[in-house]
Amino acid sequence: MNHSPVLATPNFPTPGRPVIFDPDVCNGCNLCIVVCPEDVFIPHPTKGGLPIILFPEECYYCGACVDDCNRKGAIRLNHPLQQRVRWKNKKTNEHSRLR
Amino acid sequence: MSHFDSLPWPYPIKYGEQTNYDADVLVLGGGIAGVWAAITAARTGARVAIMEKGDTRRSGAGGTGCDHWQWAADNPGSGVTPNELSNALVANHGGWRNGMSTYIQCASGYETLLELEAMGAKVRDVDDEFAGAPFRDEKTKLLYAYDYDNRFVIRVWGANFKPLLRMECLRRGVQIVDRVNATTLLTENGRHGARIAGAAGVNTRTGAYVVVRAKAVVLATNRPQRVFTFSSEHRGVTAFRGASNVGNGHAMAWRIGAEFTMMEKTIRSPFASPYSYPPYGSGNAINTWYPCTIVDANGKEAPWVDVNGKVLTTVEERCHPAEGQKFFIMGGGNASQPHPGLKQYGGPRLIPDLEDRMMRGEFTPPFYADMTSMPDYERRAIWGLMVGQEGRTRIPVLQTYSEGGFDPARDMLQTYDFIRGHGMREPVAPQERTFGEIGVSGGMMVDWDMMSNIPGLFGAGDLLFGAQDHSHAATTGRYVGARAALHAQGKDFAGISEEQIVRDKERVYAPLTAKPDSLDWKELNAGVARVMQNYCGEVKNAELLSLGEMWLADIAANEVPRLAADNPHKLMRALDVADILTCAQMIVAASQRRKASSSTLHFSRLDYPDLDPPDWQKFLVIRKGETDIETSYRPHGFWGDLEANYAPRAAENRSALRHKVSSAA
Repeated sequence: MNHSPVLATPNFPTPGRPVIFDPDVCNGCNLCIVVCPEDVFIPHPTKGGLPIILFPEECYYCGACVDDCNRKGAIRLNHPLQQRVRWKNKKTNEHSRLR
Repeated sequence: MSHFDSLPWPYPIKYGEQTNYDADVLVLGGGIAGVWAAITAARTGARVAIMEKGDTRRSGAGGTGCDHWQWAADNPGSGVTPNELSNALVANHGGWRNGMSTYIQCASGYETLLELEAMGAKVRDVDDEFAGAPFRDEKTKLLYAYDYDNRFVIRVWGANFKPLLRMECLRRGVQIVDRVNATTLLTENGRHGARIAGAAGVNTRTGAYVVVRAKAVVLATNRPQRVFTFSSEHRGVTAFRGASNVGNGHAMAWRIGAEFTMMEKTIRSPFASPYSYPPYGSGNAINTWYPCTIVDANGKEAPWVDVNGKVLTTVEERCHPAEGQKFFIMGGGNASQPHPGLKQYGGPRLIPDLEDRMMRGEFTPPFYADMTSMPDYERRAIWGLMVGQEGRTRIPVLQTYSEGGFDPARDMLQTYDFIRGHGMREPVAPQERTFGEIGVSGGMMVDWDMMSNIPGLFGAGDLLFGAQDHSHAATTGRYVGARAALHAQGKDFAGISEEQIVRDKERVYAPLTAKPDSLDWKELNAGVARVMQNYCGEVKNAELLSLGEMWLADIAANEVPRLAADNPHKLMRALDVADILTCAQMIVAASQRRKASSSTLHFSRLDYPDLDPPDWQKFLVIRKGETDIETSYRPHGFWGDLEANYAPRAAENRSALRHKVSSAA
């Protein structure tokens, strides 16, 4: 059975991934790190790398990082599963939820 | 990256290294109130500095946007005067509201908005997106919300207000010191209760120590949060304010002997809960979503009624006062917790017994917010303009849900009312209380200059007692910036005590020393909150409160010294929780001293069960004296005639301004 190297890692806080970066769009400019009011990110040690979410549980999903990003689609909010809302199409009654 | 522990701290470490600045006016907290205070102070020619814990581009409760500009009774379309409106707002809170700052808000809201417009903000429908809508003034192109007859709340495109205000600070030469957590107010020669001399803080990335000497200090920090509940996980998306808003200003000012009032007011609120929904992010008909249609699972509309109980049949009718009512302050779509005194000024709302009707089978849960059936302009006003400009919803709700496929012309957003509680107004457990997360809460006692009993220490925005919201922060910040600058004129710096600085450095850097029995900030926060739930919750009496006082003092003596932080960011959070503990002690002290129950203050004492006895209809003021906590009282309306007190100061402020705000070009 193939597997990644097994490391002694602690549990991460939940939600552990309040935002998701798109590595094809983000150029690691770190503007999100500048504007974040809670300072949840730190810069990647390699210049141009994706910012690191060091304090994910301190994020309050204000969206400043998304709103001020110069590259559309580089970063998006990722709501916790338990707080993803539902809606219904009025005509077809089809139910959907935030994914 | 997943191996966090292998990463070095990315910023240079400068624990204890000191940087000094001088300013005529120092503003602590660079949120909406703070940047406005800095701009106005700088316009008088004063040398101004801002110390901000986050980054002034987006920090503060109003940093990511604003959808409605409240109580601008000075706008050309208003059907009410500032005096009428502010007196109504005070009456609506049973007298426990800051009449002074509310009057400033009502009398200068529009004038403040015009300055924002000159900085490049969009405050009217210049693109004619809403031409012909009943809430639009066709001549001025202003868009109004809620009461379409009386027109004193203005819908605005506020998502970029904060970056524009920061740019204006820079143009006006304001020294912005970002990422520094103000920790201490300095008084003349370090004496308790003496004239203000400046402030000190710690950089949240490097740990460096910053001292600013100042002739006047404007406290524009946020209110205490996380006093009653704390979950280290699953809380962020439901919070109304960021994790950094913890009441540092309340705690700092308390330590030097400033007076506070209304500290005993705490309410049950879902904003403390890790189990509610994103604010304005589930189906609702409140504030940003007013006057949204709500339907049940079968598409049957929940009735709206006016303050007289008359059933309203059209969407349009939800935006006009009832028969015999001159104006209404705010409507609401939810049935819970009607406010005492609201009847006179209460707006249209969903029928109050909707839950009973559902239980009897008249309606089938779940309910949905149905914008599909609303007039196009109302749907676009809610989903495009309001949800799109309100800071708490622009990205987390409008953009995130839209990208997820939600279409307000086709889809109905579910509400969680009556099946598990509501994202905004759900009934929560008695211990799930909040102090400053939402609503009108306690804060620093001030006079008509917005100055405290500490000479040279001013307050603005949510730091003040008994007031709230974005336009309140903006207008009071703008007003107090001039008052503080005028106060500073012709004064020398007060002497700073080196001993006070040495003592402060010992305190703020103490968590950096490793301890075998160390405690992290999260555990301390939850521990403080548990004491507050048990001894200062819904059920209060002298015995419980004195136990609360005892156990908080015990934590201060035994657990605070065990606080540990291994980088500057965690040091900030550790110092924050120590301030939360101080705020908790203020709340218990005030609760112990109010010997009566109060409906407006949501305050009940088992040992003083009489509700609202006349001799307790007054502000309870507490202050940390040199040895004991001192108590005094102010009668309701202690501020005197609103207009007569405001007008000469506003005129003096105007004549002190030497520079206009910059034009957008």
